Amino acid sequence: MAPPAPPSPAVLLRDAVALSGRFPLLAGVDLQVAPGETVLIEGPNGAGKTSLLRVCAGLVPLASGQVRVLGLDPVRHRGRVRRRVGLLSHASHLYDDLTVGENVRFAVRAAGADPARIVDACERLGLTGRLSKTAASKLSAGQRRRVALAVLAARWPELWLLDEPHAGLDASARSTLDQLIVDAAASGVTVVVASHEAELVGSLATRVVTVTGGRVTAERPAAGSAGTTAVLPGPTSLPPAGAPAQGHVAHVA
Amino acid sequence: MSPNQGVHPAPVQSPRARLTVRVVGIAAAVGVALTVWLGLWVTPPDQVQGNLVRLVYLHPGVAWVALYLAFGLAAVASLLYLWPRTRSLFWDRLAAAAVEVGVVFNVCTLISGSIWGKPTWGVYWAWDARLTSTAVLLVLFLGYLALRRVPAEPEVRAKRSAFVALFASVDVPIVHFSVLWWKTLHQGATVLNPDLSPTIHGSMAWTLLLSFVALSLVFVWMLLVRYRIGVLEDWLGSGELDVALRERQAEGMIDDEDEAA
Amino acid sequence: MWRDSVLVAGKDLRIEARSKVALSQVAPFGVVALVMFAFALGPDRSLMARGAPGLFWVAVLFCTVLAVQRSVSVESVDGARDGLRLSGIDPAGLFLGKAAAVAVQLVVLEVVLGLGVTLLYGARIEAPWLIAASCLLGTVGLAATGTLYGALSAGLRVKETLLPFLLLPIVAPVLLAGTRVWQAALAGGVPADGTQWLRLLVVFDAVYVALGVVVFGPIQEAA
Repeated sequence: MAPPAPPSPAVLLRDAVALSGRFPLLAGVDLQVAPGETVLIEGPNGAGKTSLLRVCAGLVPLASGQVRVLGLDPVRHRGRVRRRVGLLSHASHLYDDLTVGENVRFAVRAAGADPARIVDACERLGLTGRLSKTAASKLSAGQRRRVALAVLAARWPELWLLDEPHAGLDASARSTLDQLIVDAAASGVTVVVASHEAELVGSLATRVVTVTGGRVTAERPAAGSAGTTAVLPGPTSLPPAGAPAQGHVAHVA
Repeated sequence: MSPNQGVHPAPVQSPRARLTVRVVGIAAAVGVALTVWLGLWVTPPDQVQGNLVRLVYLHPGVAWVALYLAFGLAAVASLLYLWPRTRSLFWDRLAAAAVEVGVVFNVCTLISGSIWGKPTWGVYWAWDARLTSTAVLLVLFLGYLALRRVPAEPEVRAKRSAFVALFASVDVPIVHFSVLWWKTLHQGATVLNPDLSPTIHGSMAWTLLLSFVALSLVFVWMLLVRYRIGVLEDWLGSGELDVALRERQAEGMIDDEDEAA
Repeated sequence: MWRDSVLVAGKDLRIEARSKVALSQVAPFGVVALVMFAFALGPDRSLMARGAPGLFWVAVLFCTVLAVQRSVSVESVDGARDGLRLSGIDPAGLFLGKAAAVAVQLVVLEVVLGLGVTLLYGARIEAPWLIAASCLLGTVGLAATGTLYGALSAGLRVKETLLPFLLLPIVAPVLLAGTRVWQAALAGGVPADGTQWLRLLVVFDAVYVALGVVVFGPIQEAA
């Protein structure tokens, strides 16, 4: 009897190359995220973490390679994918002249989500009372981030892509965010977090993926679980024109 | 180290392509020479316009190229680029080349029309319906070229330019009719400006036809040369990409080597 | 599509109600333009009255460029344009919504400019229905083309100088048609002449609204 086929991955990237003009944002990424997983993407600045998330959201098309999000091509089936995916990026996408409440209501309705959860989401993120009637132009960076999180919490999409979510948040907001991620994972949501503060997120994630130079260079289970650290082989897509030797030594725990 | 060493070599024009360009160029030169000879010496002057009528061997020809050949080609090529099944940067480069060469012919149309108009109308510009539409088309062409000059990756630039060409193509017939009505339909009796087209007969007709063919050949030759330049420009740009890819991947390997050490 | 367009139009109009840019900046600019035209044409009132239709529509075109640029810049702050893309909102609905908001602002501006032209130039309106029809139809065409070109030039650093250069030749038929209809509708004109031009405006509007609905999605992704 053949074992049942594994569920199709929530995110699948195969040899993905993405360009911005002449600059390669991603230089051949291989990544699979199973549904319900919480994955941390770590790596230095400029490694391609943000680009990875943007590719998954369908904002950046691939120059070569393959990407599937929730089983669909995020460029060809834009509308469908985007309604089921939530991206928390560096910008908060707020309109300065509208109040916090109006911004959240607009963003949730634009995404076609049920407006019923808006009140709870705003309460959870502390955006009630006078704050909800404040124009977005008067908010601090941390408050703007909380508004964006409230939109995410109200929408509760199947796949969360969080880009440096802790940046700019104070301690209480950070713990709210952590609890949010835990609740999301518990409800079956797939969460992918890109952060170079690995210690903050490491406890929440089931897997940690390292990205450097536009490629995935290492994967390991999150801290607390035993297992091996695999360091992945060097680039094979281009002929080595005097480049360093291919392949590395794999460390085995 | 030159950015292009060790990367894919320069696109070479096939011998057949080189021969084609050369043949077209020679045919164009011969056609133009023949037209000039026939137009200036062999054909008779007009009864009404005298020797001025010889402009008919230049003005309608360049107008035809600018308004129909160049613009039509740019519009069709842009549509073909936008259509997913036929999308290829070839159409984008072709459209851009057509527009650039079209600008040259457009300016020639306006200048020759203006020169013809001065003795006929008394003024250099009398808002003749056809010339006015040509002027609007020139501005649309220039807008297209201005947009192309904005730095962007080839696919983005191609898509943007193709949309502008699409919007302009849809607009040109509407502009043409608006300007025509504007000139011909108004209250009160107004004497229309006499048309620039004289009556054609005999040897004039053949020379006129020859001028159309010769000028079209000039357009095609310039188009092919400009297209080739576009191909070389794009190759120069893409050579840098492979280097960038390698450098980007080297970033990761240097980090790993530091850890391994 | 319709739900999204109402949502977006409502958002844009609410932003305008809060910031009052069209009312406090664009409208006064239009009136200033009318005054400048009067200075340029000299104190002869009959000349100004004869030129009123054209001057009105040129002032409207200038205001259109400003209104469209404002509509585009609202989305440029804090990556709001990316936010709209990410939300998966229907691009056709987004186009119609933004164009509708621009159209509403333009209609208000046209009322102000129309009053200015009547008062400053002494133009006398004999066929008000023609005036209204030309303004409404012209506005739809201007808003649709403006929104399209605004989206096309949205991400560019040179969009302030590029947008007018790209947009104005395209809307030349609106200027021609609007002027002729106004000429027919003012004292001394023949109203019957106007209807043909109204038909031209309808064709122009239909073409560009249809284009926008179809093409706005790909334009957004390409920018």
